[in-house]
Amino acid sequence: MEKTMNLTLKVWRQTSANAKGHFETYKVENISGDSSFLEMMDILSEQLVEAGKEPVAFDHDCREGICGMCSMTINGIPHGPEKATTTCQLHMRHFHDGQTITIEPFRAKPFPVLKDLMVDRSAFDRIIQSGGFITARAGSGVDANAIPIPKKTADYAMDAAACIGCGACVAACPNASAMLFTGAKVSHMNSLPQGKAEKHRRALAMVTTMDGEGFGGCTNIGECEAACPKSISLDMIAQLNRDYATAQVKNFFQPVS
Amino acid sequence: MNAFCNFLKSTIGRKVLMALTGLVLVGFVMGHMLGNLQIFLGAEAINAYAYKLHEVLPSSALWAVRLFLLASVAIHIWAAVTLTLDNRRARPSGYDADRVIQASYSSRTMRMSGVILLAFIVFHLAHFTARVVPGMQYEDPGVIEETEVPLVKKGEAVLKNGEVVMTFNVNDMMISGFQVWWVSAFYVIATGLLCMHLTHGVSSMFQTVGLRNALWRKRLDKLALAYGWVVFLGFAMIPIAVLGGILEKDPSGGLVSGVMEPSESATLAQTEQN
Repeated sequence: MEKTMNLTLKVWRQTSANAKGHFETYKVENISGDSSFLEMMDILSEQLVEAGKEPVAFDHDCREGICGMCSMTINGIPHGPEKATTTCQLHMRHFHDGQTITIEPFRAKPFPVLKDLMVDRSAFDRIIQSGGFITARAGSGVDANAIPIPKKTADYAMDAAACIGCGACVAACPNASAMLFTGAKVSHMNSLPQGKAEKHRRALAMVTTMDGEGFGGCTNIGECEAACPKSISLDMIAQLNRDYATAQVKNFFQPVS
Repeated sequence: MNAFCNFLKSTIGRKVLMALTGLVLVGFVMGHMLGNLQIFLGAEAINAYAYKLHEVLPSSALWAVRLFLLASVAIHIWAAVTLTLDNRRARPSGYDADRVIQASYSSRTMRMSGVILLAFIVFHLAHFTARVVPGMQYEDPGVIEETEVPLVKKGEAVLKNGEVVMTFNVNDMMISGFQVWWVSAFYVIATGLLCMHLTHGVSSMFQTVGLRNALWRKRLDKLALAYGWVVFLGFAMIPIAVLGGILEKDPSGGLVSGVMEPSESATLAQTEQN
């Protein structure tokens, strides 16, 4: 027999970026344990539309855990209680009948709420713009085996590249620090030969943009890693610290003209 | 210089400063603890240790060390305060359902333990270094039985140019200080908070300078926990031993015999000068 449940939802409602938000409580019934959290939100929205009310706005796109668009904080944890799971991949079987679920937007100054559960995460785009690229010759593609990369390095870069830029690290951090995101991007490119040439410039530029966007500092408590739907490791933050400090020292002692 | 200022203004730069000054203070607490534990070797050992710290090195060197430590504390606090203010600004509103996934209690309460430790350091310096806490002005006559005692080596008073070298009675000052129950309680609580602060800090400083990975995180976390407990037990043992009556005052300064033979003292003075 299929498991169904009745739930009480405490949802953050905010009509626009400048409006004052508040919580509203809704009831949803006969939710299948097999539906995803976003499907449950869709059911809620349908109920609201039928009742002539405004549906709950939330971000979503691929619904298969790779785009990084879904973003809500469920019972105080970004992407909900399951480890290494995005909200869209979170299934209702992890909740129980009669439970009250608090649903809030990601909270951070650099992530202003646009509407209800949607936040503006373009601060991440600006961090990427400042250094999340390699300067390569455009033209015919380079042979895949032209640059040999050790397996260990490739694996490490791949682990870093798993970051989908959803912002859960910022949302989970009590300081709203973007160190895990920036660390993952810097580690990804700085560890590969294609990105090595701009290693120091990249670390300096991305950290400067990160600080300028108003993200807080890291206190090494590890909540970001625990909340990350892609299990990005704190090692990436250590590498960011290392690369940034090295870049600053190099910068300081560069030959004067 | 501008590049350097930019480094120090960035979040990571200030954290590196916090880690490096933290390292200085981590080293200092261990040295301070080992020095203090000499009280268990008797009045003669702790008094001789204090004598060495104050009289053997030129006072300029003592002040250089003190200023270095004070500067480390000041930079550590400056970095902590400015970063905390930045962090508060970055997260103006919290969650209604606030949940902690895995962060340790000590890592989340670094500011609380830090602020109480600062209050403790101020009290501690006023108490035992400046000796100005009302009712505990140990340099005033009568507060402790004997303010000045002979410097003792191997049960005998040390002589210099035929005269007994006198030194401040650190042993009795510490014991008289810790016999006040609330002073002892404050010291034990503060060193407990120091243990918590170190439990996170000792591992965290390696992360901040980039010298940590998943494997070393586990090892360093264990090391930090062990370090914190060693420091806590080492420091807290002294007030507890005083309240438990294990450590007692020694107005003689550790002299085995009260009086000295002149001939013996001359030889001793000779040895001392060599």
